Amino acid sequence: MLDGATIQTADDIALRGGVRTKDVLETIRTVTAANPTVPVLCMTYWNPVDRYGQARFAADLAAAGGAGCILPDLPVEEADEWLAAAAEQGLATVFVVAPSSRDERLAVITAKGTGFVYAAAVMGVTGTRAQVGDMAEDLVARTRATTELPVCVGLGVSNAAQAAEVAAFADGVIVGSAFVQRILDAATPEAGYGAVRELTAELAQGVRKR
Amino acid sequence: MSDVTSVPDARGYFGAFGGRFIPEALVAAVEQVADEYEKAKADPAFTAELNTLLKDYTGRPSPLTDVRRFSAEAGGARILLKREDLNHTGSHKINNVLGQALLTRRMGKNRLIAETGAGQHGVATATAAALFGMDCTIYMGEVDTQRQALNVARMRMLGAEVVPVKSGSRTLKDAINEAFRDWVANVDSTHYLFGTVAGPHPFPMMVRDFHRVIGQEARAQVLDRTGRLPDAVVACVGGGSNAMGVFYDFIPDAGVRLVGIEAAGEGVQTPRHAATLTKGDPGVLHGSRTYVLQDEDGQTIESHSISAGLDYPGVGPEHAFLKDSGRAEYRPCTDADAMNALRLLSRTEGIIPAIESSHALAGALELGRELGPEAVILVNLSGRGDKDMHTAAQYFGLLDDSAADAAGGAK
Repeated sequence: MLDGATIQTADDIALRGGVRTKDVLETIRTVTAANPTVPVLCMTYWNPVDRYGQARFAADLAAAGGAGCILPDLPVEEADEWLAAAAEQGLATVFVVAPSSRDERLAVITAKGTGFVYAAAVMGVTGTRAQVGDMAEDLVARTRATTELPVCVGLGVSNAAQAAEVAAFADGVIVGSAFVQRILDAATPEAGYGAVRELTAELAQGVRKR
Repeated sequence: MSDVTSVPDARGYFGAFGGRFIPEALVAAVEQVADEYEKAKADPAFTAELNTLLKDYTGRPSPLTDVRRFSAEAGGARILLKREDLNHTGSHKINNVLGQALLTRRMGKNRLIAETGAGQHGVATATAAALFGMDCTIYMGEVDTQRQALNVARMRMLGAEVVPVKSGSRTLKDAINEAFRDWVANVDSTHYLFGTVAGPHPFPMMVRDFHRVIGQEARAQVLDRTGRLPDAVVACVGGGSNAMGVFYDFIPDAGVRLVGIEAAGEGVQTPRHAATLTKGDPGVLHGSRTYVLQDEDGQTIESHSISAGLDYPGVGPEHAFLKDSGRAEYRPCTDADAMNALRLLSRTEGIIPAIESSHALAGALELGRELGPEAVILVNLSGRGDKDMHTAAQYFGLLDDSAADAAGGAK
């Protein structure tokens, strides 16, 4: 219910292709084995974690080399059991803040989060946008006033210019749908990997321009 | 365990079920709804305006009808129908819609969005938008826009925009997802007029409260008519709004069985059903913890029912609570049994029920045979069947070929 058309389409393809929770954990294991210094987080709706078992999921994610979770539909008020399980395994829990989050609430959220804070740039679902919302900068400033955690901005970032714009006021840039779209558009998996590599280089250049 | 009459708690929990599992971008909007609802409840002017609308616009109280010829097929048990089908717009849905439309006006918003399965909630919402002069967008699964084409026409006639949802199984679950996406993006101007007792707190409580009038009226009407309480109250359960509405005031009456009838589709032994409480497991769907039809990975399983309004892989959290506490029981009813009940009521009583409500009627036939001729059974007839004539015509072969083509072409 938070995703735009790109990620919905990719999810449908993956589920119809038989991708399971254990395949996601296996992917994390492969990626972290190849790049041991880069933290890898798992972003998921809450129900698959709940169904897997909170403690078991935390243990298996940690064993796979995962650094933590982003759980966009698990509000802090519902998160105590997960936070305990994650802490026990040394996993970070990244909460999302939104332009509509009031200052008092931002403080409650950032007090419970670890790793970094995910600041949603716009009020809307995932997906690329022509413009990064002008609400993002204000949200980053208000969030920073409550926490020492890095504040990273996502939702709608898809190119080097937007990445540079966001990097000027945030600690990190989050890109999802733009990568997924490159893979959806590719004729072959190899072409998709190439397109992802290309976009990564472009975005990195944008971030470093600041 | 929580007391069955004092739920939900402040966090929206009915025992282990309910809560608020939503993205941060919706938290402020949902809290605004909760705050405004608390204020409205305490405001006599709100209650007075709602009661006036229920009386003069909806036509409440809805009658209670003895159906003697139909009862003969139910082991002779006396069956009483609570006639929500006679409300303006043709179903119980209008009760909740008028309450939330008044709330929307209090919040200073001027746009209503809603999901709809059978189209009854969409029609009711479009009706309220017309009455209150608000903009209106209805999300409806593409499959449902075809099987409930008459209701699509009604909504558009009332001035609403109807968006056919093409994702997933193209039914009610997908329409809800799409409505949430709209709400996140337009929350300043828009109220999501949620149509059932599911979703994040306060919706399960608030929608129940707005439908509670069904059970309040029916309880007094049955007492007045028969001199006693019914042995059982029967209602169909998809999301569960009409059932919560009719059940709620009977919860303290320990001798009254509360029986929810779920859609068993082609049978609960097949994968093609929507019997969430019978076959599902606890999980999180559409903002609350409840029973969900899901696979071992927690991915939602697509439901099936001939009835668009019951074709949903979740259910309101209070039903999950009533099931686990043992206060209510939930039984499955197949497409075939529901369609037979639809035909039976039409032919014995001259009342054409909605396919949704026909599940409750089939449940009452079964229960009547179990309880015997001394029993009194109250059935919530939640909606009328006009919208279902295309489906019924196909199912029973009611039209000759050229007329069937014309009906098909009308969709």
